Amino acid sequence: MERFAALLDALVYTRGRNAKLALIADYLRTTPDPDRGWALAALTDALDFPAVKSSTIRNLLTERVDPLLFALSRDFVGDTAETASLLWPQASDDAMPPPSLSEAVGLLQGMTRASVMSELPRLLDRLDADGRYALFKLATGGLRVGVSARLAKTAFAQGFGVPVEEVEEYWHALVPPYAELFAWGAHGAPPPDTGELPLFRPFMLAHPLEDAVLDLEDYVAEWKWDGIRVQIAHAGGETRLYSRTGDDVTGSFPEMAEALGFPAVLDGELLVRGTHQGGEVGGAASFNALQQRLGRKTVSTRMLADYPAFVRLYDVLILEGEDVRELPWTERRARLEALMPRLPAERFDLSPVVEADHFEHLAEIRAGARDEAIEGLMLKRKDSAYVAGRKTGLWYKWKRDPLLVDCVLMYAQRGSGKRSSFYSDYTFGCWDGDPDEGAELLPVGKAYFGFTDEELKQLDRYVRSHTVNRFGPVRETDRGVVFEVAFDSVHASRRHKSGLAMRFPRISRIRWDKPAHEADRIETLRALVRD
Amino acid sequence: MAAPFAWIRAEPHGIHVVPADCWIDPSLPVPNALVTHGHSDHARGGHGRTVATPETLAIMELRYQTREGAMPVQYGETIRLPGGVDATFVPAGHVLGSAQIVLDHAGERVVVTGDYKRRPDPTCPPFEAVPCDVFVTEATFGLPVFRHPPIEREIGKLRDALRREPDRCVLVGAYALGKAQRLIAELRRAGHHDAIFLHGALERMCRLYEAFGVDLGELRLVADARREELRGATVICPPSALNDRWSRRLPDPITAMASGWMRVRQRARQRNVELPLIISDHADWDELTATIEEVDPAESWITHGREEALLRWCQLHKRRARALALVGYEDEDD
Repeated sequence: MERFAALLDALVYTRGRNAKLALIADYLRTTPDPDRGWALAALTDALDFPAVKSSTIRNLLTERVDPLLFALSRDFVGDTAETASLLWPQASDDAMPPPSLSEAVGLLQGMTRASVMSELPRLLDRLDADGRYALFKLATGGLRVGVSARLAKTAFAQGFGVPVEEVEEYWHALVPPYAELFAWGAHGAPPPDTGELPLFRPFMLAHPLEDAVLDLEDYVAEWKWDGIRVQIAHAGGETRLYSRTGDDVTGSFPEMAEALGFPAVLDGELLVRGTHQGGEVGGAASFNALQQRLGRKTVSTRMLADYPAFVRLYDVLILEGEDVRELPWTERRARLEALMPRLPAERFDLSPVVEADHFEHLAEIRAGARDEAIEGLMLKRKDSAYVAGRKTGLWYKWKRDPLLVDCVLMYAQRGSGKRSSFYSDYTFGCWDGDPDEGAELLPVGKAYFGFTDEELKQLDRYVRSHTVNRFGPVRETDRGVVFEVAFDSVHASRRHKSGLAMRFPRISRIRWDKPAHEADRIETLRALVRD
Repeated sequence: MAAPFAWIRAEPHGIHVVPADCWIDPSLPVPNALVTHGHSDHARGGHGRTVATPETLAIMELRYQTREGAMPVQYGETIRLPGGVDATFVPAGHVLGSAQIVLDHAGERVVVTGDYKRRPDPTCPPFEAVPCDVFVTEATFGLPVFRHPPIEREIGKLRDALRREPDRCVLVGAYALGKAQRLIAELRRAGHHDAIFLHGALERMCRLYEAFGVDLGELRLVADARREELRGATVICPPSALNDRWSRRLPDPITAMASGWMRVRQRARQRNVELPLIISDHADWDELTATIEEVDPAESWITHGREEALLRWCQLHKRRARALALVGYEDEDD
């Protein structure tokens, strides 16, 4: 546990990607099994201890510490787990020695909702403040040390000198503490067998196009649909649906699980049928409609009828046991087109190629796309193999320009993590009429990024010196600052008083120069709704 | 008869000793000032007369280039102020020259701690607890999350980093008055005898400490050193220089900071610190509360820092307390 705690701390204080990779790689090389496997599971967020919740930590603390002192401390520190690790009363010296990581994992796994309030304290008493912090992070998931699952896998590959694509490939066939993976990486044992399982294969991803101009002799264009990118895999008689991050989302979309009946791995966009998008038959609904279906454990018949899902296919990775990822895009596309008649039309269609004579023509087509289900264009190199991750020069995404609106800062809330103590989450509004005639501001959205660290400091200072009201961690500010807010789309919403909800809002510019009464009105924003 | 303690008042810019018309650590120029210690938020210039320890007066002279109106008073010495107020300067253990001011008037005793700590410090005499009626205490680290670890552990972290990375240097940001010298003295105590390199802004204060008999070993200026000599060395600079262009001349520095705030991970991250050293010249939570119990005053007045939490503690422990709304004190880079 001490080594794992030291690793977490080192990761917290290390910024560079390469330095983080080196720290993790070194830990994985030099730590014995199965501790290193559990650490890898923690770093990739693959552990779940249902008995321990962050409310468990709060409850344990409020049994021992005055609630107001806990609240003041939490507010200062900005992280519940860290606050609790520091506030926990240090046990007497005759406590049991600190557990190994494996022992700690075993004890956490053994805890139930009934026993956690008595067993977790005994474990905490064996640790110092850093160890308690690591234990809380481990137990509640989400280490937040700036390490993605991808980075941890890359560190494994780097530590043992194996290709990261292979690590990704085997990953979903394994469970913590990954004994087979370490046997393969560290000791040269044969790799884990993945043949007869509907496994996730790493996605091929795109770079933003920026200002480049591409030759359409070499590249083909497709629409970038506004759903969620998925992979549908069938093997050994079973079908699974995976999200971009490799999460198994089959349970939320049972109709898709029944739709693929032969061995294949396909790449596409998960969408929900809708008639109002473009108004044509076979159209897709907005992302808003798809959201009704996300994150559900059980799906009602009503849901299935109201929001039927389908996948708009982009690519094929594996077909009837043959791995076609090495083939150029044109050949994979030919196979995909040939495959379409075998798939049920109500569950699958093909993402069409966008025909353009030259790049400027394509730019016109992109600028003219008004359909809300279209996020922009994808440009794919015709001779590109299907490679995991983001390889330069192969695939590009060319997003539509964002929409912009001028809003007035209304409320600010303190951030967490590295922004603890800074007022960094901003709620902003638009006027519900003419402000010179006494109109009011109505909140239209909330954003916490898009500004630089320097601008954050300026805004923090502004908020502190222009507070007119306090509500717990939230400060209401005078209506003096205008934000130019960028967003991808805006939808009708009953959750907000303004009746509108922005998608992906971010602060595009701080308009210190602009008087608040010149900010936009609600009707300007409402005119942009395309539901 | 006047109300208890009516002769001492907390005003926004300092504590006013009314019968003597004296101010303690005032943030504005006044005719008569009593100064607890040399940190700039407590020891401002421009007073008519300044009563403080010789060390504090020397520190103020270094900063303000004048001794005008300086009136030295030794630790343990009592001076009689106008209006029948006696003032005694007692060690506070914070930095060189730091003192608590014990005020006696009309049978009532008020102690103003200024800033203080309870841990041993090789650069200044230790805090002495003085029983009193009103205890005016700081609360810089007045939250129960602040429990400073033993300094030996933190010095060990620094020396481990030096051993692990012999081709780099460790650049420690440390407050120029007090923290820098204590860090050097503690490194010496731990057996570190190599030359320690200084940012130019720290030199005069270190020389002043040496002039008052604090042995700091071999000190050199970064400006006079070749890059190669700095490999494997400890370099100390003011916190403001940590991420400054100045540090580019150093060989791949490991950025460290010696401060009580380093207890909180995100505070360290906000300052781009790779090696946080939890070293503070202030009392931590346990020491603040233990000191109140030891001094056992009828009332505690809490001056600056996280007074809300300490006030709550006093309330929970049935101790009379109030927070003073003083202006001008900062969360220094302790």
